Amino acid sequence: MTEPVMLTVNGIDYRVNVDMGRNLLSVLRNELGLTGTKEGCDDSECGACMVLLDGQPVNSCSYLALQAQGRSVTTVEGLTPADGLHPLQRSLLEQGGVQCGFCTPGIIMSARALLDRNPSPSEEEIRIGLSGNLCRCTGYAKILAAVAQTASDG
Amino acid sequence: MSFMIAGSLEEALTALAAGARPVAGGTDLVVGARQGKAPLPTSLVAIDRLAELTQIEPTDGGIRIGASVTHARLLTDPTIVSDYTALADAAALVGSPSTRNVGTLGGNVMNASPAMDTGAPLMVLGAVAEVQSERGSRTVDLSDLWTGPGQTSAKVDELCVAIDLPSRPARSGSAYVRLEYRRAMEIAVVGAAASVTLADDGTISDGSVALSAVAPTIIEVDGVAELMAGHLPDAVGAAIAAAVAEAAEPISDLRASDSYRRHTVGVMAARAVDAAARRAAGEEISVPVNRAIGVGASR
Ligand SMILES: Cc1cc2nc3c(=O)[nH]c(=O)nc-3n(C[C@H](O)[C@H](O)[C@H](O)COP(=O)(O)OP(=O)(O)OC[C@H]3O[C@@H](n4cnc5c(N)ncnc54)[C@H](O)[C@@H]3O)c2cc1C
Ligand code: FES
Ligand code: FES
Repeated sequence: MTEPVMLTVNGIDYRVNVDMGRNLLSVLRNELGLTGTKEGCDDSECGACMVLLDGQPVNSCSYLALQAQGRSVTTVEGLTPADGLHPLQRSLLEQGGVQCGFCTPGIIMSARALLDRNPSPSEEEIRIGLSGNLCRCTGYAKILAAVAQTASDG
Repeated sequence: MSFMIAGSLEEALTALAAGARPVAGGTDLVVGARQGKAPLPTSLVAIDRLAELTQIEPTDGGIRIGASVTHARLLTDPTIVSDYTALADAAALVGSPSTRNVGTLGGNVMNASPAMDTGAPLMVLGAVAEVQSERGSRTVDLSDLWTGPGQTSAKVDELCVAIDLPSRPARSGSAYVRLEYRRAMEIAVVGAAASVTLADDGTISDGSVALSAVAPTIIEVDGVAELMAGHLPDAVGAAIAAAVAEAAEPISDLRASDSYRRHTVGVMAARAVDAAARRAAGEEISVPVNRAIGVGASR
């Protein structure tokens, strides 16, 4: 059964037709063309698909698109200013926290939610905030440094 | 196939009576379907934003936690953290921030995994489940609710609407400790919750212990109160560990052998009793105990 639904993504209302079992991730990528959000594992393990739902991180691969109706979805595209980079993006580049970059959008969304809630997190709090995000390349140290740098830059 | 976001409890109960299955956070239901464990039900009713199910409120005799309250709320709610600390310890260990943001207490309880983290804390805190259908409502003891792995005694049209917890005695404390191989995104290898009440002289006057991942359901260990009564907390660890190892009926799987589980669940129970007793005596041990005292995986 396909239902027409309204999804609010990055402040824009989209009307899309969605099957009941469809995950939010595939709607974002394939219907709305927002391919910044990645698919890694497709079952809630890796965090590459992290988006914000009413400001809180959610694994969009395992979240029903229909359940996002009436909520506000933010993807990495929604956080990047039209001209230039978000402070988290700049710190990740400066610290060398990006290699292949596949995990980066998910890391940025988790970090953004953490800093919104807790503007000056301890290292332990950053580790907990990013505990749902896997990176196969960097070894994490530079990612932690980038989040800490963003926090201290205010 | 149908999907509905319930606008009221009545609407949700009507949908269940017509054959729909509830979905709260979907972190078991949707993830399980994607992993191929069980197909997604053909008719779903979303209950995650029902006002009736998302309150934490005081009652005459304690506290009532709505079934759709998330783990993220439990681990920061001041009353849960101060009075029902074992439940906050457990909520803080679930998955990662994103799992805790959408995963709910009702989903954890009704999914009935033998390794669920909130189950053992709820048992030692004396919780009962409120279940409701169009036919009426009733309360169920947790020992009657969980009937096997993934099995509950609730009927298909029954919704768990809340978990009720009695108020806590003076000079009591609780804790939940789990053995884990890594510090996040983990399933309990084994887990143990304890509740301890102290007498004025510092000896234990009452207590209970419940266990995760060592039986087909969460189990409470018989005879623990008698074993601890009259003793100082420091003196009971070995006896608790022995009683717990005796009560456990673990299996071997890829995560651990039965004999390893039997041994370590005793160790976890002794640590849970120790942390609960220290909290009962007024010591601040931050949530979760696993991180505060380094019980689980180290960095
Ligand atoms: C990456 C990851 C890590 C996890 N880590 C942990 C962990 O560390 N510890 C742990 O215990 N669990 C863990 N889980 C499992 C899961 O997150 C929890 O069990 C969670 O509490 C389930 O809640 P939910 O709202 O998402 O349930 P849902 O998936 O929405 O529902 C689960 C089941 O319960 C039923 N149900 C839901 N609400 C009700 C209700 N009110 N009344 C009747 N039936 C209901 C549903 O129909 C379904 O069968 C993890 C899951 C994932 C994906
Ligand atoms: S793709 Fe969603 S968690 Fe890996
Ligand atoms: S940079 Fe490659 S996965 Fe993180």
